[in-house]
Amino acid sequence: MLIGIPKECAAGETRVAATPTSVAQLQKLGFEVMVERGAGEAASFHDAAYAEAGARVGSAEEVWQQPIVFKVNAPTDAEIARLQQGATLVSYIQPAQNPQRLEALAARGTNVLAMDMVPRISRAQSLDALSSMANISGYRAVVEAAHEFGRFFTGQITAAGKVPPAKVLVIGAGVAGLAAIGTAVSLGAVVRAFDTRLEVAEQIQSMGGEFLKLDFGGEDGASSDGYAKVMSEEFIAAEMKLFAEQAKEVDIIITTAAIPGKPAPRLITADMVAAMKPGSVIVDLAAATGGNCELTRAGEIHRTENGVSIIGYTDLAARLPAQSSQLYATNLVNFAKLVCKQKDGQLALDQSDTVVRNMSVVTAGEITFPPPAISVSAAPAAQKAAPAAAAPKKAGVSKRTVLIGLGTLAVLFLLIGAFSPPAFLQHFMVFTLSCVVGYYVIWNVTHALHTPLMAVTNAISGIIVVGAILQTGSDSGWVIFFAFLATLVATINIVGGFTVTHRMLNMFRKDRG
Amino acid sequence: MAAYIVAALFFIISLVGLSKQETARYGNLFGMIGMGLALVASIGSVQPNGWVYIFVAMAIGSGIGAFFARKVEMTQMPELVAILHSFVGLAAVLVGLNSYADSGQHVLDPAMHTVHLVEVFLGVFIGAVTFTGSVVAFGKLRGLLSSKPLMLPHRHKLNLAALVVSFVLMLVFVLGGGESQFALGLMTCIALAFGWHLVASIGGADMPVVISMLNSYSGWAAAAAGFMLDNDLLIVTGALVGSSGAILSYIMCKGMNRSFIAVIAGGFGTDGTSAAKEEETGEYREMTPEDVAELLKNSSSVIITPGYGMAVAHAQHPVAEITAELRKRGINVRFGIHPVAGRLPGHMNVLLAEARVPYDIVLEMDEINEDFADTDTVLVIGANDTVNPAAAEDPSSPIAGMPVLEVWKAQNVVVFKRSMNAGYAGVANPLFFRENASMCFGDARATMENILKAL
Repeated sequence: MLIGIPKECAAGETRVAATPTSVAQLQKLGFEVMVERGAGEAASFHDAAYAEAGARVGSAEEVWQQPIVFKVNAPTDAEIARLQQGATLVSYIQPAQNPQRLEALAARGTNVLAMDMVPRISRAQSLDALSSMANISGYRAVVEAAHEFGRFFTGQITAAGKVPPAKVLVIGAGVAGLAAIGTAVSLGAVVRAFDTRLEVAEQIQSMGGEFLKLDFGGEDGASSDGYAKVMSEEFIAAEMKLFAEQAKEVDIIITTAAIPGKPAPRLITADMVAAMKPGSVIVDLAAATGGNCELTRAGEIHRTENGVSIIGYTDLAARLPAQSSQLYATNLVNFAKLVCKQKDGQLALDQSDTVVRNMSVVTAGEITFPPPAISVSAAPAAQKAAPAAAAPKKAGVSKRTVLIGLGTLAVLFLLIGAFSPPAFLQHFMVFTLSCVVGYYVIWNVTHALHTPLMAVTNAISGIIVVGAILQTGSDSGWVIFFAFLATLVATINIVGGFTVTHRMLNMFRKDRG
Repeated sequence: MAAYIVAALFFIISLVGLSKQETARYGNLFGMIGMGLALVASIGSVQPNGWVYIFVAMAIGSGIGAFFARKVEMTQMPELVAILHSFVGLAAVLVGLNSYADSGQHVLDPAMHTVHLVEVFLGVFIGAVTFTGSVVAFGKLRGLLSSKPLMLPHRHKLNLAALVVSFVLMLVFVLGGGESQFALGLMTCIALAFGWHLVASIGGADMPVVISMLNSYSGWAAAAAGFMLDNDLLIVTGALVGSSGAILSYIMCKGMNRSFIAVIAGGFGTDGTSAAKEEETGEYREMTPEDVAELLKNSSSVIITPGYGMAVAHAQHPVAEITAELRKRGINVRFGIHPVAGRLPGHMNVLLAEARVPYDIVLEMDEINEDFADTDTVLVIGANDTVNPAAAEDPSSPIAGMPVLEVWKAQNVVVFKRSMNAGYAGVANPLFFRENASMCFGDARATMENILKAL
């Protein structure tokens, strides 16, 4: 079947839904591709390059006539009118915000798959356009900030004096936030990041950022759909206090906090902006949905009286057109792979596949939005909760639990001390100290030697033979007999354990070459 | 006394020495010296008329021990360790009972007498649990007993009841001034049954944890014996061994992302199977050994991740030869070892060492996990759950959160398996259906030998 790639008509849009590379990949799946003349111009993909890759280049009319259309932005009414009856459209749709668009599409008898409805499950990651675009936005946010910021990101000591590194605060460690952290770190900035979901702390650290943790009873903002949820009032108050403190200190704030289907949460107030140093920069990635900062103006840079620049661009991904086109086009290729398993150039929209089902907002002229819920994150069914649930909890062993544990132990020891005879206590002390020594010594043993370790400890636990030996001095025949037996088996242990360890250790050798 | 202090120090130094491959041999040697000193000192402290029994017992014991330790194959190490544990347990029971029978001869003050009774009781209890537990573990590893977890109805309640009754018996025993031999005897029987049931209800693949746990118990049993015999050397040694086993169990549990209690309570995999019917099925590709050989020749970096299947098939020798062959061609070959691979902590390392694979190319999971993305070919030999991407990517999987070797990030993954059956945890492995993964079915040893021939 033929896939049409129209030129995007939205103002300022630079992206395109196919690149010469993706055209070749689509052809491998059996599709043919027709690209509208000049569609890739803004992203530096010229018509000749498409033609070389095997695509036809056609006019807008021809392209919209094709049975499949791949696109970036949601179609305008004019574009919907051009769409063929029964055609399949794959693009951003924003179905929740635009019910009338869905109706118009349904009226044309089309199949519509929304690239912004890809479920956040691992299998669908390769076609998750929101993630790939967010990644680009996060990168670009730092580049924009660096452009506005009148200083270096990295610290330097030069002949002309010492330059401190820029301090960057990233709020929200989703895909965009993490990309921003990584980019800012690689420019040399000191990066701190905050997120309501405790589980992302490790991801932040892995990107080189410092996780700002609210000391707050372990409330976790993770939810089952992979996005953050709305937090309690107390939590928000504590969070705002943290931001107010940070605002005074940092040079750049990048906010990426979004709650799906709701206006962006207000995190940076006018007071906080006023407290920032002149020359500081705020990049608000949530500008399109109202902004995380009170003073954000969508689509432009706003300079406050105290010299803080607030960047409210809503087209950050489109500001890297070649990159975002390439990633988006690859997302589309991966989508094509999912629905064309036979590689015969025919679409097979299998509605029993959760990914396809979730993306299908219009199926054969009927609105199929919203899709049934699917859960993607850390919420296994109750009966098998035990192994899975252990993981998130582990991180949160609070100081209090440790203190309680130590306290109980101390009380226990005091009790034993109060009621035991001194001779016993002496042994008890030896015992306790040995446990401590054992603890530290054993942790040093490398994993590779755990089997020999076990064999040696096994051998030396045969030390119980000493007890048996001492008992052979008894007068009772039974005692002597038992002691004899015990000596025998314990000796098997000692000799066996040491011998086998010796054998094993002789096998370990270093590479001579 | 002085000899005991020196012996205890030698034991500690022995464990310190074991922390690195370079010094491990000295560690073992120090352990032997310490043991020798302790034996000489204690034999010297008893009447010479008992020596004959001691020497006879030790001669027989040494003979048996040395014989089996020489003969055992490295793949059978878990069994050997398990049965050795049972000997410590048995010795602890015998020493405990003896100490009780013998105590009439010493005059103790009443408080010490009570303490002594408690010690005897606990020592016998721990020893008995260690004894039968290890015997069952041995049976399971040896294949004499089914490695499936034994699922008695109310098994948790049974365990609890055993503990409660034992505790009540201890009160009876101690408060009765140690007169009640019945209580001691009954407790011994209960403890024996308890140990049996405890291990019987744990599945085969949890054996690394069980063996470390039994290792720990055998240490505590020795420590308890030390308390009742007033012998500090036993206490020190027992505590060292006890903490060693406890830490190893902890490491194992962490490797599986499960709590110690969950493992001991047993029966994993039985409640997880419901999730195995996930949508992650699909087509898999098969490869012949010749294809694998071709693939290996064209790779510049290879990582091999072995699992218990390699031990079962005794495939370590051909694997080592393949490694040597590839390295001769200048291909960078390394091994990635998951903490719970095999049936004993560090089991895979010993097997590879036996096959003369240099230990510096055998790396731990944490050391190698980041390198998979830059690796051309990964060979997964007899491992399944430890390389399951579902653990990292599918939060609804029963093994979610378990740290795994991220083999799927490599260019090519070849999985050697006998069939398409799920692994121990009963979880389907989406790795097999990945586009970069291929399956190579058959006995691991035969397959490896074929690859070697094709190389």
